[in-house]
Amino acid sequence: MDMAVNQEYDKARDNGNTVDFEKAANSNAFKKLLEDRKKFILPLTIFFLIFYFLLPILTSYTTFLNTPAIGDISWVWIFAISQFAMTWILCTIYVKKANTFDEQAEQIVEEIKRGGDSK
Amino acid sequence: MSPIVIILFIAIVILTLVITYFAAKRTQTTGDFYTAGGGLTGVQNGIAIAGDYLSAASFLGIAGAIALFGFDGFFYSIGFLIAYLVVLFLVAEPLRNLGKYTLADMINSRFDAKKVRGAAALSTITIVTFYMIAQLVGAGALIQLLFGLDYWLAVLIVGVMMTVYVLFGGMIATSWVQIVKAVLLMIGMIIMSFLVLLKFDFNIGQMFHDVKSATVHGADYLKPGLQYTQPLGTLSLMLALVLGTAGLPHILMRFFTVKDAKTARSSVITATWVIGIFYVLTLFLGFGAAAFVGYDAIIAANSGGNMAAPLLAQVLGGDILFAFISAVAFATILAVVAGLVLSGASAFAHDLYGEIVKKGKATEKEQMYAARYASLGVSVLAIVLALFAQYLNVAFLVSLAFCIAASANLPVILYTIYWKRFNTAGAVTAMLTGLFSALILVSLSPSVFSPVEGAALFVGEPIFPFSNPAIISVPLGFLGGYLGTILSKEADMRRFAEVSVKAHTGYKEEA
Repeated sequence: MDMAVNQEYDKARDNGNTVDFEKAANSNAFKKLLEDRKKFILPLTIFFLIFYFLLPILTSYTTFLNTPAIGDISWVWIFAISQFAMTWILCTIYVKKANTFDEQAEQIVEEIKRGGDSK
Repeated sequence: MSPIVIILFIAIVILTLVITYFAAKRTQTTGDFYTAGGGLTGVQNGIAIAGDYLSAASFLGIAGAIALFGFDGFFYSIGFLIAYLVVLFLVAEPLRNLGKYTLADMINSRFDAKKVRGAAALSTITIVTFYMIAQLVGAGALIQLLFGLDYWLAVLIVGVMMTVYVLFGGMIATSWVQIVKAVLLMIGMIIMSFLVLLKFDFNIGQMFHDVKSATVHGADYLKPGLQYTQPLGTLSLMLALVLGTAGLPHILMRFFTVKDAKTARSSVITATWVIGIFYVLTLFLGFGAAAFVGYDAIIAANSGGNMAAPLLAQVLGGDILFAFISAVAFATILAVVAGLVLSGASAFAHDLYGEIVKKGKATEKEQMYAARYASLGVSVLAIVLALFAQYLNVAFLVSLAFCIAASANLPVILYTIYWKRFNTAGAVTAMLTGLFSALILVSLSPSVFSPVEGAALFVGEPIFPFSNPAIISVPLGFLGGYLGTILSKEADMRRFAEVSVKAHTGYKEEA
């Protein structure tokens, strides 16, 4: 079945109906977009997953979060609420950064469209 | 039940039906039926996502869990929220760029294989069914409490109403119902939290101080470990919660209702704020119910604690607030169920019927009829199953749906977008390993087998120790996809180039 798909795909390419995605994927602009996204998203993803799993790990294997922080409110509640704060902060950071990715993506799309026409 | 409860309840139901009716007149094409014609703004869609997400489990379930188990109940709130970072960072935008109507469409942007589409439809229908049974069981308990009806009659009423919603309105209707319902639910949450805080003189320290002596657990109420005593079991649950959302078909479908990735992004942001505020407020509801309704009264109404929020409303604001909160809870369940039915119906009508049976040659009209018959079929199936699930725990059923979504769908979604070597064999093995390992482990778990008679379906020692198997089944899903890929020779790098470019730039061919 994959053979058939490939043939059809090739046919579409020969007819000039499809853009050369390999060329686009190998372009420096696209590689830079992927690299930039990765550099931004990967460390933050690792960070929030560690921050998140630290809560059940600490509550399961230790008891020190049960020490009082403010009056009757113990550290475990402070840590839990800080998870909410982290989520909102990361959301805001992401939106700011994503706008620069949008600009990069738009330029690549422009480039593909120009390449598609001249073919 | 007092007439006020019944009048208010009926008024809210009529309001949602009227919206459905007007929306129905606007539903013209198949695209409209599935995805509201892509015409929602980011904020509207974000509120609709929140509406879809804040189900019986969030409102009734978490409030009850916090009321009964203190901190351990709050784990749900944290996991359900942080899941949106996974959605935002890794899934939402590429998914919007690749998808058309369903999850299978998105995966098929890379693989035109029927077996992939079939596997995706199978996992979608399984997840939707588990999620839906949970909602129906919750609704049944609520209507049972409110009207003193028999459980089976309560489930039947909810079932028939949701079918009417979907059959006549499609996605526009459910989007607008979700928006209306999300707003009503937030208003209800804010009023109740305000009244709870009022009782504590707006002193949060005082609230913590008072609940310490308000429950049977004493000071332990504020400490983790009341409900979850196995460390790995807790981690397993938390894993399902944080990864499940990014694989839930009815949530992912909401990203196809907007016009581009940017709107998808702003949807997630709006949803994250609304949902986050909601989950912070669950704390006040849970503590309020623990302090003012009391452990015994909550347990007496429903052993799962699911009636804590409505009972708290009655204590705080008498019959009127009780009626309002109950009606909102009911509308919530109705709307969530409608969204679920729709994504189940889409998987059936679009993927199984449209693409596999009719080989992509079904007309729009045929597909729309198929979707409507499928809605009917999915509804009837869920109603029947819910009748037998009366004694199952609602939170358990929902976290199970999350587990299946994280095990069967998430690996395939991530591999499709990010892994060059990934292929059809990998996609099928990932979905089937994730789906069946989750289902098999659950059927061997303490939720199905318990040595205490009446605590689970069967009496006996559980073979698998954790009630949520995500810690095993999620890695198995990823491993299945990896092995399935590298053990088969097929590879199509060109196709990945296309998918990768489209996913990350939003490029589309002009049709």
